[in-house]
Amino acid sequence: MQTSTSWRSFRMAAWLGWLIESNWTDPFLFAVYSIVKPISGAAILVIMYGIISQGNYESALFPYIYLGNAFYIYVGAVMTGVSWAVVDDREHYRTLKYMYIAPIHIPIYLLGRGVARFITGSIAVLITLLAGILFLNVRINFAEVDWLLFFTTLIVGVVMLAMLGLLLAGVTLTLARHEGFIGEATAGALYIFSGAVFPLDILPEWMRPIGYFMPTTYWLELLRRSLVGNVAQAFPTLANFSNLQILGMLVGLSIFFGAVSIFIFRWCDFIAREKGLIDRTTNY
Amino acid sequence: MNAVSSKYSHKDTGWRLFLKTIIARAYPRLIGQQREVSWMLFEVVMPMLAVIAYVFVYRAMNAPEEYIGFVVMGGAMTAFWMNVLWSMSSQLYWEKEQGNLALYIIAPNSMMAILLGMALGGMLATCLRAVAVTLLGIWMFDITFSVVSYLQLFLVFMLAMVALYGMGMMMASAFLLFGREAWHVANLAQEPIFLASGFYFPIKSLPFWVAAGASIIPLTLGMDAMRQLVFPTGFKFGFMTVQLEILILAVLSVVFLVTAKVLLAHIERIAVREGRLTESRR
Repeated sequence: MQTSTSWRSFRMAAWLGWLIESNWTDPFLFAVYSIVKPISGAAILVIMYGIISQGNYESALFPYIYLGNAFYIYVGAVMTGVSWAVVDDREHYRTLKYMYIAPIHIPIYLLGRGVARFITGSIAVLITLLAGILFLNVRINFAEVDWLLFFTTLIVGVVMLAMLGLLLAGVTLTLARHEGFIGEATAGALYIFSGAVFPLDILPEWMRPIGYFMPTTYWLELLRRSLVGNVAQAFPTLANFSNLQILGMLVGLSIFFGAVSIFIFRWCDFIAREKGLIDRTTNY
Repeated sequence: MNAVSSKYSHKDTGWRLFLKTIIARAYPRLIGQQREVSWMLFEVVMPMLAVIAYVFVYRAMNAPEEYIGFVVMGGAMTAFWMNVLWSMSSQLYWEKEQGNLALYIIAPNSMMAILLGMALGGMLATCLRAVAVTLLGIWMFDITFSVVSYLQLFLVFMLAMVALYGMGMMMASAFLLFGREAWHVANLAQEPIFLASGFYFPIKSLPFWVAAGASIIPLTLGMDAMRQLVFPTGFKFGFMTVQLEILILAVLSVVFLVTAKVLLAHIERIAVREGRLTESRR
């Protein structure tokens, strides 16, 4: 019974999320919207790199930046996809109170709402990677790609990001005027501390431990290693660790953050119920 | 009783009403927003996160120090673009969703005065955030400025702001007609504009016609001119001469303000004729 409730909550939430994400316009405009945004973000970095390196795209730094930026799309998409559902349902559609009294499992429902952003994020990642390979000299030899490592890392990472999204959703439940900022600020901070577009060694020494504590650091490193192994040797940050060791750290930190997320969500959910925040609208 | 009734029976008209409307609409932007101190914190921190990331990217590439300054200036100017996008262009759409738009239209004041008030208040409030980002950037990354001409710098900044907020006033009417797509359109107009307008690199690095096309966004030429005026080697990165950029910004200011007035008249006509403009469609 529990399983079927959870599955139903997840499935319907995913479908609802997809409809909300995609039905505001015609498919053509939706496709343009899905393509232009990520490509523009990547192009800013490519132009910055092109100006400074004077068009030398052979350096290991270029695929490091490009791939890190491409896969980082998932961080914003999945995390805010889950947490934004609270704002959308409570403030915009004003249906969160109905969701709470419906026979569904709320955390699973919120995770399901993140699926739509995961799908649009996957399209954006794929398009960014394709653009890099076809037009920007990002060299990925598909015969040498470690597909097992790639998909294992990708799946563990997406689950970890969804759990972080649940943590943010819990915090969002208790806030009135800053819900919109929470996801963006977290994604923005992780962008700096995860070594997404520059090696962690560039950060001041006192900031680096924060990066080492973030699962996204290991996630991005493993994704790069699985696609272009030689990038890993070019930067000293995690060069001394094998793929298996990094995967171990990623899984360990994901379990830790997953447990913290569940605990914080439950606690915030309790506070929100106690204080009557579930149906609060602030018009902000 | 007589004193009260005489006070409220007095009605301003003409330019007095226009001016009072501007001040009334600017007030919540300028004063009201400052009351939410934590918002100010977020609005400074968010652009700073992008600035810090791009500065470290340049550092990883061993870029010349001028580029660090370009990023900080770009980060400060993003505050204005975001303000125009979310608090000018989308504002009438939000007002419709909240139910205020109908009140604006039936009130005896000019809609142009309301938009001017929004622009004035938003511009001044955003100035504080942009200054905060700039000061933080200077402090964190040790940036040095060397202003060539304060007069030209002031002129460029003011013209860029007038043209930019004129553009915001124009887009406010256009966004209103988008309906549910407004949020997505505003969302879409971030990264592509940061790219095309050269927020984090000199616009001269783009192909000529791309840079020329992007010059329709006032911040493109505004930032290009300001970079030439405030950085010792900025002139090397200029897309056009500062004088020409000042001239184009002046033309853009007039064009955007006139178009804003024409578009506003158009939506007011729609509101009266069809009576559906204020209809909220979630």
